[in-house]
Order: sequence, then structure tokens, then C-alpha cells
Amino acid sequence: MESMRFKLKIWRQKDRNSPGKMVDYEVSGISPDNSFLEMLDILNFNLIKRGEEPVAFDSDCREGICGTCGLYINGRAHGPGKGMTTCQLHMRMFKNGQTIYVEPWRAKPFPVIKDLVVDRSAFDRIMAAGGYISVDTIGNPPDADTILIPKQDADRAFDAATCIGCGACVATCKNASATLFVAAKVSHLALLPQGRLEAKRRVKNMLLQMEREGFGSCSNIGACQVECPKEISLENIARMNRELLKAILSPHSDD
Amino acid sequence: MREELKLSAVRKYLMALSGLFLCLFLVGHLVGNLQLLETSYEARLQFNSYAVFMNKSPFIKVLSLLTYASVALHAFIGLALYWKNRKVRPVRYYYNDPGASSSWYSRNMPLLGILVLGFLLFHLSDFWYSYKFGETPYMRTQDGKGVILENGHAAYGVEVREGVAYAGDMPVGRVMKDLYQEVVQTFSEPVAVFVYLLGLGALGFHLLHGFQSAFQSLGLMCGSYARLIRLFGTVFAISVPLVFALIPVYVFFRSLMGGG
Repeated sequence: MESMRFKLKIWRQKDRNSPGKMVDYEVSGISPDNSFLEMLDILNFNLIKRGEEPVAFDSDCREGICGTCGLYINGRAHGPGKGMTTCQLHMRMFKNGQTIYVEPWRAKPFPVIKDLVVDRSAFDRIMAAGGYISVDTIGNPPDADTILIPKQDADRAFDAATCIGCGACVATCKNASATLFVAAKVSHLALLPQGRLEAKRRVKNMLLQMEREGFGSCSNIGACQVECPKEISLENIARMNRELLKAILSPHSDD
Repeated sequence: MREELKLSAVRKYLMALSGLFLCLFLVGHLVGNLQLLETSYEARLQFNSYAVFMNKSPFIKVLSLLTYASVALHAFIGLALYWKNRKVRPVRYYYNDPGASSSWYSRNMPLLGILVLGFLLFHLSDFWYSYKFGETPYMRTQDGKGVILENGHAAYGVEVREGVAYAGDMPVGRVMKDLYQEVVQTFSEPVAVFVYLLGLGALGFHLLHGFQSAFQSLGLMCGSYARLIRLFGTVFAISVPLVFALIPVYVFFRSLMGGG
């Protein structure tokens, strides 16, 4: 099997408060079938053997569904390729000998913890502000057909629900806006009858929390939709804007 | 005030509404200006009478106030959001490839907007200011011996002082200004034509993103509407500035040929 080598320029940062810098590395003996994270594992293995500090990066499931990994590779969130997370990116997508730039998500509300690891707890606080529904959990679960939901609504809600909260939308956005993330959550719940109870409150509170966290505003540029590994569409943002309009036009501010 | 009214998304509603209102203004302005493509004396008289109407009509006055208000609101909110968004990424990417996921004009709406605003101020100082307060010549009768009054009547043997025609000491009415001639003179200068083409180019790219962005902000870019709005927006953004640009280019080449 062909063996590949790469020149890497990786962001190294000791901790939250230290300034970081790009550091050059070389890695060889990489299989085209290695994932990007496996390539970094091999680099770290070599670094540890040489007694150097390995590069810190996030990963968990390594099958594209958990949203933990997320690297800014050659100027793009999750690197080249469409609809994939960093762990699904394979080295065959790069040219042998190519220089690869690896950086963390960069946004004020996503402070770097170390090297390529950022703190995305701002997303958790946005979820806590309204990304939930109230359900009765006492007794037996109700039959699935007690509340009828049109198939199209269920499908659209599911499409929005596939958001894994990785933060690629924020990373790629010129304004570091989390609008696509919030829109996916708002849309997912607004489309289902169970989510209508808190619909007005939800859209207001999640967007307010987003702004409190310091994310920018939406300029409808659409880079988020292109870089989203789950291909969450801008239609969700349009739906959220309609939900917000309904909420602010309501005569009752406590809705 | 209700806290949610301060959301950027709410400001974007106002941005969208003012922007779409300005798109309507563009259509009206364009239709009126197409009168400049005709060369006859009657066309010139008609255009200048149209200018008098646009200055006198109370309905147009309200519309023009709304237009100025929309420009001010649109520019103010746009620049305020731009200023806020500048602070969201204190450490910038060492290597970035934004072109892979978005168009340059959608990322540079503030810059394009500032160019359009600059062009608007230039355009207003060019025609609006000189029409209202400046050097716009008086509209003469076809034989060149008399002047045309604002009510459309010809007046011979009168003396014009500060825009009013006098027969002896008797004022007979305000004199119509020859805005048509002013436009022809301006567009015989290649530099002015170049500035207009530049301004209209910036407007075209601003609209290419702005038109559909307005519908997205209002929550209408959805399902079957989305394709229609995108298509209409693209046609609008290309055709409106292009037809506007036709006027200076056509007048310039006509002046080169020695025509009026």
C-alpha cells in the first residue's frame, strides 16, 4: 500500500491564558485510508516517543455522530469534503507531501483550552435556555399514535435534529454566529406538537442566550450550511426567523 | 422595552424591510429615468416637467422622506451590526479559505454598502443639490428666445431673477430648470460615467446577496418560495443596475457623436 507523508502546521497553545502559535511537524508512513484523527494519533505517538508534548485534540465516537471532533483544516471547518466531520475525513483526500494547516475553532465564545481543544459549553447554556420540551413522565408511555404528526413535519424535524452541535457553523461563520445551531434546535422542536408549548419562549430565550455568550449575528452568508457535517439547511434559519416574528408580535411578552 | 426586541435578528427584520423598500424605490427611479434615453425637445420638456412634478407632489414628498429614512435606518443598523461582529473572533485564522463556502460579495456587504452610500451621496450632490440650490440651467423654449415656466407655459421677454421670471416688476412664475441638459452635460464626462458604472456595479453585487437575504431574514426563504425568490433576486440584481448603467453609457456615446 502507498505510504503518504505530510508537512503539518499545527496550532499549539499551552492553556486558556497563553498565546498560541503555529508549529511545524512532519509525519510519514501514513496510509491513504487513515482518517485525519488517526494521522494525528500517529504524529502524537511519534511525539511521545521523542519525549515531546503530544497535540491535544477532541474526539470521541470517531464515526461522525457525536460532534466532539472539530478541526479547522486548510482554512475550512472539518477540512475539505462535504457533509463530514473531521473523523470521517481520510488522508486520501490530500495530496502526498502536501502542507496541511490545522487550527482550533476560532470564536470568542469558544475559548481554546489547549492546542486544538476548545470550550463549547456556550452551546450547553444555549440548550439550557430553551432547547427542551416539557413532558409528562408519570405512568406508562403513551401510544405513539396518540398525537398524529404529518410525515413531512416529522422528516423536517428529524433533519433539524441531526445537528450534533459540533460548532462548525460558528467556526466557519465570518461573524462567528451560532444561528444555524440555534435554528436547528428551534426548528426541530417547533415542527412537532410537543414543542409548540414553549415555542415562543424557546426562540426568544435561546437567541438571547446566544447573544449573551458573545456569538455574532447572522448575515445570511450561508457558509454554515456548506460546512455543516450534517448538512443542516438555511431553511431552518428561515423557520426560526418566522418563529421569532410570531413571538415578538405576540401582545404578551411573557408567552 | 421587551428584551427580545434588542436581538440582532429583530434588527435584521428592519434591515430587510428597509432594503426591500429601497428595491421598490430603485424600480420607480429607473422607470422615471428611462425618459432620458429620448433625445427630442418634447422628451426633454417631458423629463423636466416630470422633475417639477417630483419636487412638488406631496405624495412624492412622503415617499422621498420614507426613502431617506430607509437609507439612514438600513445603513445605521448595518454598520452597527458590522461593528459588533468585528469583535467575535479576537484570534484570527492563520490560514483561511472562506471562498470555499461562500461568495465574496455576501461576505463584503458592509463594504459594498459603504460604496453604494458613497455613490448615493455623490449622485445627490451631482443632481439633487444643483437642481435645488445650484447651477442647473433654465429650460428654454425650442427657438431659444424665451423660457419655460414650471406650469409648462412659455414666457418671452421676461427677466429671470433667482428662479422667478419677471415681466418688468411683475413676477409671472417660477422657471422650469433644465435637469435634462444637466444630466447630458454630466454624462459627457468620462470620469463621471466611470464613477456611475462603479457605483452601479457595487449596487448590483449588494443586491445579488441583499435581495434574497432580506427574504431569508423575514423567514420567507423556504420550500417552493426559495427557488423563486433566488431566481427573481438574481434577475433583479443584474437587470436593474444594468439598465441604470445604460443611461450614462448611452448619453456619453451620444455626446461623442455630437448629438444633444
